[in-house]
Amino acid sequence: MSHHEIKKPEDIVVPPSSFLAKLPMLGAILAVAGLGATLGSSFGEHKARTMFSYLFAFEAVLAIPLGALGWVLIAHTVRAGWDVVVRRQAETLVGSLPLFALLWIPIGFIGFHELYPWTHHEHIDAILAKKTWFLSTGFWYARAFVYLAAWTGLGLFIYRSSIKQDSLDEAGVEKQVHVVRKVSAGGIFLYGLTLSFAAVDWLMSLQPHWYSTIFGVYYFAASILAFFAFMILSTQALQAAGVMKQAITTEHFHDLGKLLFGYTVFWAYIAFSQFVLIWYANIPEETEFYLVRLSGGWEYLSYGLPIAHFFVPFLFLISRHIKRNRVALAAGAIWTLVLHFVDLYWLVMPNYGAHGGGHHEPHLSFTYTDFTAVLGVGGALLAVFGYLLTKNKAVAINDPRLGESLAHENY
Amino acid sequence: MSETKSWGLLAQYENPHAIYKAAEKVRDAGYQQWDACTPFPVHGLDKAMGAPPSKLPWIVLACGLSGSALMLLFETWAMGEAYPMIVGGKPLFSLPAFVPVWYEFTVLASCVAAFLGNWILNGLPRPHHPAFASKAFERVTDDKFFILIEAADPQFDLEKTKALLNESGATLVEELEP
Repeated sequence: MSHHEIKKPEDIVVPPSSFLAKLPMLGAILAVAGLGATLGSSFGEHKARTMFSYLFAFEAVLAIPLGALGWVLIAHTVRAGWDVVVRRQAETLVGSLPLFALLWIPIGFIGFHELYPWTHHEHIDAILAKKTWFLSTGFWYARAFVYLAAWTGLGLFIYRSSIKQDSLDEAGVEKQVHVVRKVSAGGIFLYGLTLSFAAVDWLMSLQPHWYSTIFGVYYFAASILAFFAFMILSTQALQAAGVMKQAITTEHFHDLGKLLFGYTVFWAYIAFSQFVLIWYANIPEETEFYLVRLSGGWEYLSYGLPIAHFFVPFLFLISRHIKRNRVALAAGAIWTLVLHFVDLYWLVMPNYGAHGGGHHEPHLSFTYTDFTAVLGVGGALLAVFGYLLTKNKAVAINDPRLGESLAHENY
Repeated sequence: MSETKSWGLLAQYENPHAIYKAAEKVRDAGYQQWDACTPFPVHGLDKAMGAPPSKLPWIVLACGLSGSALMLLFETWAMGEAYPMIVGGKPLFSLPAFVPVWYEFTVLASCVAAFLGNWILNGLPRPHHPAFASKAFERVTDDKFFILIEAADPQFDLEKTKALLNESGATLVEELEP
């Protein structure tokens, strides 16, 4: 409990001379170079391989703002107070969701046929014939439109409300906080449904015989985990750039660390739940997913992920002292973020060559487009995120719960 | 000597702010055997009291890990040795099948350790306490805040301690019988 008056922070704008001010330009360069190299290669003979690289990068990077959207909606709904000093970053991330409607275009209009085997008439067998009502081109596009529109709408609403708050008076802020809370509460349903169905449409249907009812939750777990790892790093970057050096304290990092730790366990719980049911039932339609991932080099990732993406961060982050140490927490966040990309690579890439007439078995082999796609899509996110973050105040300074956040302590 | 007859002193405060300041004074005076009782958690009071970090996390970790190891051993022994049975064509030692119980027992062992450890570290159950004799102390569950300093504390001196508590903003100081 603090007895002195808590002052509102004044260092809330990224200084133009700091390294963070260069992030939009750096991101834009990466985006142009990465997307150029990737999409350029998609017109060559390796079109299919390139589009798998692109889908992997798209899904892995999209997970970060999508995780942010889920968390912001929950935070507004439950009137969270502790997070006000860091929430503007998450709101900036969701403000970049419209970008992903653009970045989705190559998947929908360039690689659609190469990526999804159910679009090939010769691959429709007795099982797929029963799924054609759902996995049909028109319906698939219509659904994709709904997801992207929902995320763009929710993202822009959250972002714009947050920015508008900076120039409202007290009565206006109070009125607006209630509106945002109501929209967020309803938005959680829209978010849950669109995220699950998008995961089914864009990732699960890569292997259309296979199904897993928990798959949407798996993608959600990956998303929110990646988001917390990202936000721990972006918060530290903000402070390194001289923003809110006093306002964001060890207490806030401790809570972000707890969420990173908690969702690490959640990811493992969901991943194992998916595996154990399929392993126990042993039905060929379902085991196919793990069978392709247990040969051709993929077995290293299949056995490595539980260790590197669960046991290592679990044991590392379990201690309170690690979560309250900035360097150690940043190391945990970087580790988790890298493993998030490995996880998505493991989800997407074994499907390349798994169908297509059985020319070859899917092997774990990297190609340069895997990296250029990540740099391109990731650079595009950093460009938009950096631009919006440096353009506005880095904290919602008029938020009625700012005082609660500034005084936040863990006990 | 009157000190030997007394269990200690009870001081009453009106609000969280007052007890927070008083706790800092008692801490700085070097007292060890004392406690604060409040109707609701006063955030930061443990820091004002200079309380050391809790040992509870270590108890939970130790019990969680040993519970975890014991359950894995038990499952291996039960399924492989004591009552070997093939289920669904799986090997006798099937780690994936063991995981749910293994995991749940780790959680259970940790939770029970946290619950019992909390009781033991707090000296519970404790049916009687000298402070219960005080009429004023009844309001600890309502709207008053209390500091108890035990006579067993090496710093304890009836007059000096009484003076310290009075100075610290107490609205009432009582001597407690053992």
